[in-house]
Amino acid sequence: MKPKPRVRMPANAKAGEIIEVKTLISHEMESGQRKDADGKIIPRHILNRFTATFNGNEILSAEWHPAISANPYQAFSVRATETGVFVFSWFDDDGSVYRSEHTVTVA
Amino acid sequence: MDVRNRSKTRREVLFAAAGLAAAVALPAQPTFAATTEVDELIKTIVGSRKIAEGKVTIDLPSIAENGLVVPLNFAVESPMSAEDYVQAVHIFADGNPHPQVASYTFTPLSPKAAAQLRIRLAKTQTVTVLAVMSNGDVYSAGQEVKVTIGGCGG
Repeated sequence: MKPKPRVRMPANAKAGEIIEVKTLISHEMESGQRKDADGKIIPRHILNRFTATFNGNEILSAEWHPAISANPYQAFSVRATETGVFVFSWFDDDGSVYRSEHTVTVA
Repeated sequence: MDVRNRSKTRREVLFAAAGLAAAVALPAQPTFAATTEVDELIKTIVGSRKIAEGKVTIDLPSIAENGLVVPLNFAVESPMSAEDYVQAVHIFADGNPHPQVASYTFTPLSPKAAAQLRIRLAKTQTVTVLAVMSNGDVYSAGQEVKVTIGGCGG
């Protein structure tokens, strides 16, 4: 199943307003610690990095380890200085990148 | 599980029994990170700098019934201006097979050095949050979480 990012944030904001972003992505975050029925270790397969940018500039990034729960939830704050595009990206161990773009209009 | 000389409640006895059953069901226990491993990881980040208390707030449950999903909120006091901001926040769990949980990098574009996430804790242990400021100062806070059902392996 392809991981699907879900992001909740307002579409409009006042200039300089701090807005909260809530993100969730479906992913099993296989820790590499579990064993299958035959006692073989199930290989690690996690999202190892998350980034948030505004108009191409990095706001924050995170390195994730196997101790992040399945279907990673993450909430944080950003500031809307001007009308622009927030891009959130999740980087998979298998090389895939999942992106979610959100335009916020500053009145 | 710690054994103390006091009368146990029904709930505690049930938890103890559940823990014992889990231990029997899992003969191959993974090796767990020791506190010293966390100390060494912290040392590679901070070097010879002093770690101060304060500025870092952790919001974690004191008892987690399910170690697979433990909500963790952290916040670091900072003006988050171009001259004075929180550069990085590292999270460690000394009782997990791998003590590193996550490392956040903030920029002055972040209005707050704070985030909410959900983590896995394999057993009862201490979670440490370490904040590195843009001027090089290091602050840290820790909290113990009692875990009744582990979050790794199995």
